[in-house]
Amino acid sequence: MFLGRVVGTVVSTMKDAALKGQRMLIVQPLKPDLTETGKRSVLLDAVGVGPGELIYWCRGKESSFPFLPDEVPADGTIVGVVDALHMEQSS
Amino acid sequence: MLIAHVIGELISTHKHESHVGRKALIVQPLDLDGSKRGDAVIAFDAVDAGVGDQVLLVTEGFSAMTSVGRPQSPIDMAVVGVIDRIELDSLVRTPAARK
Repeated sequence: MFLGRVVGTVVSTMKDAALKGQRMLIVQPLKPDLTETGKRSVLLDAVGVGPGELIYWCRGKESSFPFLPDEVPADGTIVGVVDALHMEQSS
Repeated sequence: MLIAHVIGELISTHKHESHVGRKALIVQPLDLDGSKRGDAVIAFDAVDAGVGDQVLLVTEGFSAMTSVGRPQSPIDMAVVGVIDRIELDSLVRTPAARK
C-alpha cells in the first residue's frame, strides 16, 4: 500500500456500469515525511474519505475486492484513513 | 520478494474491515548494498516484525493476502519474514551492519 493525500475528484457520466455510484478521487502519493512523490492518479474510495485527508491506498486487482460481489474495474483504491505515523527516531 | 527495513508503524481507525486487527508497517525497500530502493511503502505484518527489523517484503496481492490470512481483501503488500543475515559471494551483511 502507499501513502497519499486526496487533492480532487473526478466526475464521469459515460463509464463502465460497474463504476456507477463509485467515488473517483485524485490522490497525490506521499513519502512518510509527507513530501510529495510521483504523479497524481485517480483512485476509487472503499471507505469514505474527505477532501485533503491523509489516506493509504492499494493497487492492482486487490483494489477491486472491497466492492465484491460487484466486479468493479479498479486498479487503485483508497482503503484507509491515516491517523498517525509512528516513525523510527533516525528517520 | 524485496529486502526492506521497517521504519515505522501506521495507525488507522477508519479503514477497510479486512485490515482490522493487523499491524501496518512502514517499510523502506533496500538494494543489496543497503541503499534505498524507491519510496517507502505500507505493508501488513505476517510475522510479528517491528521497527528497526530488516525484513522480507512481498509486493503482490495473492501472496500478501494469504500470508496475512485475509483472502479476497485489498492488501497488496506484506512482511513475510525477518532477515537474520544476507550472504553474498564477497560480503556477509547483518542487520546490525546496516548503514
